Amino acid sequence: MHERKQPIFHLVKRGELSSKYALLIRLASILAALLAGALIFLLLGSNPIRAYGEILAGSLGRESARQRVINIAVPLLGTALAIAPCFRMKFWNIGAEGQITAGAVGATYFALTFGGKYGIFEGKEPSLLLLLMMALGAMICGAFWALIPAFFHAKWGTNETLFTLMLNYIAIGIVKWLQGGPWEGKPGSQIIPNFHASALLPKVFGVHIGWILVLLLTVLIFVYMRYTKHGYEIAVLGESMNTARYAGMNVAWITIRTMLLSGAIAGLVGFMIVSGANKTLYFGVAGGVGFTAITVAWLAQLNPFAMIVISLMLAVLEKGAGNLETVMGIPTSIADIITGVILLFMLASEFFVRYRVALGSRGLDWVRWDEGKAGVAGKEEAE
Amino acid sequence: MTSVENTCAVRMEEVTKTFGSVTANDRVTLEIRKGEILSLLGENGSGKTTLMNMLAGIYFPDSGRIYVNGKEATIASPRDAFAHGIGMIHQHFKLVNVLSAAENVVLGLEGGVFLDIREVSRRIREIAGQYGFAVDPAKKVYDMSVSEKQTLEIIKLLYRGADILILDEPTAVLTPQETEKLFDVLRRMKKDGKAIVIITHKLHEVMELADRVAVLRRGEFVGEMKVSETDTAAMTNMMVGRQISLNIERSEPRDPKPRLAITGLTVVDGEGVTKLDHVSFTAMGGEILGIAGVAGSGQKELLEAVAGLCPIKEGKILYTPEGKEPSDLVGKTPMQIKDAGVAMAFVPEDRLGMGLVGGMGMVGNMMLRSWREGGGIFVRHRNPGALAKTVMDELEVVTPDVNYPVRRLSGGNVQKVLVGREIATAPSVLMSAYAVRGLDINTSYTIYNLMNQQKEKGVAVIFVGEDLDVLLELCDRILVLYDGRVSGIVNAREVAKEEVGLMMTRLGKGENADA
Repeated sequence: MHERKQPIFHLVKRGELSSKYALLIRLASILAALLAGALIFLLLGSNPIRAYGEILAGSLGRESARQRVINIAVPLLGTALAIAPCFRMKFWNIGAEGQITAGAVGATYFALTFGGKYGIFEGKEPSLLLLLMMALGAMICGAFWALIPAFFHAKWGTNETLFTLMLNYIAIGIVKWLQGGPWEGKPGSQIIPNFHASALLPKVFGVHIGWILVLLLTVLIFVYMRYTKHGYEIAVLGESMNTARYAGMNVAWITIRTMLLSGAIAGLVGFMIVSGANKTLYFGVAGGVGFTAITVAWLAQLNPFAMIVISLMLAVLEKGAGNLETVMGIPTSIADIITGVILLFMLASEFFVRYRVALGSRGLDWVRWDEGKAGVAGKEEAE
Repeated sequence: MTSVENTCAVRMEEVTKTFGSVTANDRVTLEIRKGEILSLLGENGSGKTTLMNMLAGIYFPDSGRIYVNGKEATIASPRDAFAHGIGMIHQHFKLVNVLSAAENVVLGLEGGVFLDIREVSRRIREIAGQYGFAVDPAKKVYDMSVSEKQTLEIIKLLYRGADILILDEPTAVLTPQETEKLFDVLRRMKKDGKAIVIITHKLHEVMELADRVAVLRRGEFVGEMKVSETDTAAMTNMMVGRQISLNIERSEPRDPKPRLAITGLTVVDGEGVTKLDHVSFTAMGGEILGIAGVAGSGQKELLEAVAGLCPIKEGKILYTPEGKEPSDLVGKTPMQIKDAGVAMAFVPEDRLGMGLVGGMGMVGNMMLRSWREGGGIFVRHRNPGALAKTVMDELEVVTPDVNYPVRRLSGGNVQKVLVGREIATAPSVLMSAYAVRGLDINTSYTIYNLMNQQKEKGVAVIFVGEDLDVLLELCDRILVLYDGRVSGIVNAREVAKEEVGLMMTRLGKGENADA
């Protein structure tokens, strides 16, 4: 009888891991990421400690910088909240970018049509009525943009990932056309004029009121996912479609309803961007937020409160990176690389929360044990 | 080399494979010969597939030796198996849908950078001509019927030079005509000197096709016979073994009343295969109706059709509540069935994939039956929480906490959670599929007792099982399914085990397959 081939090391799925230990792994990963980033700074001949200091100083040092950080974090958080229910359902909506854009178009329609006109919207102050109309329009447009892939998925089983991705480009294309066509300001400018003051979100503590809205939304989504019947349906469906059917759930409707909600929230984010931050619409309105939000949602393990932390952290990195160039002459592209490295480490840490590296024969025993379970399950399947 | 050694293609000696505490194969010795079709026969879970998977490199034996063409061989991967000329066709085909037949054939083969698909197609046609296959190398797999896919799998193996072919229940997915064609091909390959193993539990196929039959029971090798020197009755006896007494309590049904009357139930799946063919029977309240049959005879479809989870082509499912008018359940969704006041409990075969949510704790899983209750948008946690505690205490579920994910519980505890929840719905019909599969003796008896308690309460219990000894001692009547049809309904107190075994492998008691 020959010996079983022994690998030097292999991966073993962990059993129950205490949340304390999991947190430790995640913190260690951030530390490792910072060290890896330091290595890059060293290779470039810069002092890593000073570089990290500048990132913090540039993002949190001055009030205006802090406001800018919040401005970056708000759409990130809002969009992560939007896609969280979809991801819990294992419906891979990567079309938040398009849904934000669609929502922005909806909001802009009302801003351009009513802003500064018809007497009641002519004031210099933001008009609650107009803002409500814009928000509603944005939510409807975003929801509609999400409904298309959801409907086709529910009806004919189309691939939601490709479908939502492609719709992003269509939405962006539509805005390009609007910019050069019906909504163009000065002829030939390819620019949509700035919104009238009545169509702009008011500011609280120097930042548009969107930050209060997303914090409110965080609580709502938390409650929705954890305590409502809808949230329960989404969780069951995400685990197993057969179990959902077994429990008498209407799978197609749950899919569509959840996407409607997701699209509506993404649309609302689009409204906040045009009305609060940009004051106008252009084709880059979403600017990658729809994709970065996936990272936020994933790193936060779909926990809305953790999303606040993650989106703030990413915003600090982004804002601080700009400072590196002006102060230390480090190109912003390097900052982007470091941001990427940190994200990669954090995502990788999730892997180590679930698996551990085993050496030698003790690990092999564990493999046998695991294999046995898999074998029995496999057998049941085959029968 | 002597000629005897020459005819032996593979010899497995004392091969043992265990999965945790389950012994799938216990010191099995088996010989596969060139120019011969060997049929590997055995009940569900007797270890046929596991044994062959060790030849195909899917599993590695815990102990024992394998000789290929007289030389000891180590088969640690499917690649090793190919190197020894061994190829296996699994029940679930392993083809890439978007690729053509030819592309699938060369997939995974080593070769140059460029693929000469013309040459591949020519070779495929050559192989097809040699053995009488019909195949179009340019056809995409998604355009193929099940039978064509199977043909492609066989060609894939032949292309790689396999001369030892193992087929795992190849006819389960085929129509009778397609089966005939497949058998012709297999006979030609046999003439060509190839060694062929077919795993099956259909006795008439063994009689028609095989030269030799080897029988496994509960992981052990029971014996082998030349097909020309045996008959189906002898094979059945070897397969099911002597009846073992399990001492399961069984009370006389008290005042059984028709509860679920099913007539002409026909179910056709998405592929157009008839899974249930005009099935008719009546399940009585206060009785346990056992359902026997080899795997895939329509048990799953039958239960799912009644539960409203599987589209029904024709037939009636009349439900008669205590002292009320009957109503037809056909065409209703599970929710509509529930809303119609039908208290139906269902313990499906796939416990974690259908009956439970693996990632949730007991409380979340109890909610699966009650999540709609109460007004408003919020779910009620209190009642499911209390129910979880009750189930945990009464059925002695071992779990650190009622919110501990059930996926991490042992198989027996998972099943207790599922059965406990279903019984708590105070059902009038209780359906269960393979309720004791993989469970230890104690938990199995707990489940039998629960079934008996339900029966004594007047519930119509439908118990799909695979262990005939259990069915014979637990049930009042046994319905035997064969290939989606009712082979017969017998009194469990009077019938002999061999008789049920025979009914499972051919239609009707009277039909003579022994000829």
